[in-house]
Amino acid sequence: MSKFKKKKDGEQPAINTASLPDIVFMLLFFFMVATVMRDNTLMVTNTLPAADQVQKLDKKDRVIYIYAGKPSERYVKKYGDQPKIQLNDKFSVVSDVGAYILAERATKREELQNVLTTSLKVDGETNMGLISDIKQELRKVNALKINYTTRIGDYTQNK
Amino acid sequence: MARKSPEVNAGSMADIAFLLLIFFLVTTTIETDSGINRKLPPMEDVIDPPIIKERNIFTVVVNKNNDILVEEKPMELRDIRSAAVKFLDNGGGVGEEACDYCKGERDKSSSDNPEKAIISLKNDRETDYKVYISVQNELVAAYNVLRDREFISLYPNERMTFVEANKFYSDPRTSPKLKAKLKPKLDVLKRMYPQKLSEAEPSKLK
Repeated sequence: MSKFKKKKDGEQPAINTASLPDIVFMLLFFFMVATVMRDNTLMVTNTLPAADQVQKLDKKDRVIYIYAGKPSERYVKKYGDQPKIQLNDKFSVVSDVGAYILAERATKREELQNVLTTSLKVDGETNMGLISDIKQELRKVNALKINYTTRIGDYTQNK
Repeated sequence: MARKSPEVNAGSMADIAFLLLIFFLVTTTIETDSGINRKLPPMEDVIDPPIIKERNIFTVVVNKNNDILVEEKPMELRDIRSAAVKFLDNGGGVGEEACDYCKGERDKSSSDNPEKAIISLKNDRETDYKVYISVQNELVAAYNVLRDREFISLYPNERMTFVEANKFYSDPRTSPKLKAKLKPKLDVLKRMYPQKLSEAEPSKLK
């Protein structure tokens, strides 16, 4: 048995893992804070154009999002490659925008219903025709405050 | 037994972890969206549209090939800002329409004063969105350049530009007291250089 004991003597002491929970919790908290929750799964390509004269869109509860752009690669076969509008989680046509805005508006608190902003998250490669159609629909339902959501950057990046 | 090293004291590990946690908590900001705010005109047609003099309108057209035409002349994107500033700050009006703070050329064929000056942005259905946004960005920048200039000369004690002041004002962390102090100053500037940027419907471009 002396042989066995001798071997044990030469071993390094075990690493103390008492602080492992702390580290794990720290990571957990960090990711909890830093992650942005995405409500919608993007089904369109969404490279926003760059602009530097921008204003922040604080207060997420006052914003309605409209996405537009070419369908993502996996949807190209089914929906084609022409720019489309995405409302919530599905592709839509221009005439759905009004109803969508009204439905979204109805879900907001009453005191916020008059101060809502519509955020247009549109891919840079989209034609203005589609955006003009959306704007017309927004005017019809009296959703006049809009925000062309952009990346922050110099306009020369838009080439 | 002499070779056995002493155990590392891990008692302070938790403290270090919390220190890091608090550091990240303080330094990370949750990403917020930002963009160019615009207000669409209401749907009802104006029965009696006001007559606007041709010299008070600055027409910017982006055609289907993404070429930019300013007052019917082709222009590069980088020149739009200075052209718009020149137009807005012209101050060519006389008498009641004179603009005492304008530093422009007072050209008779350009805008009377910034309150009358309207920038009209037209686009084709085929125009690329990113070009349109670039043009919008430059036009908003022109207004900001002028507002910044006047804000600094009117309120040098604030030690910031109009854009910074506006950002400060809309920051939820700013105290209500400071906001109340800042609001009238911002409003003065918004009255001096009102953002009159009209986006025509492309259908009218036939």
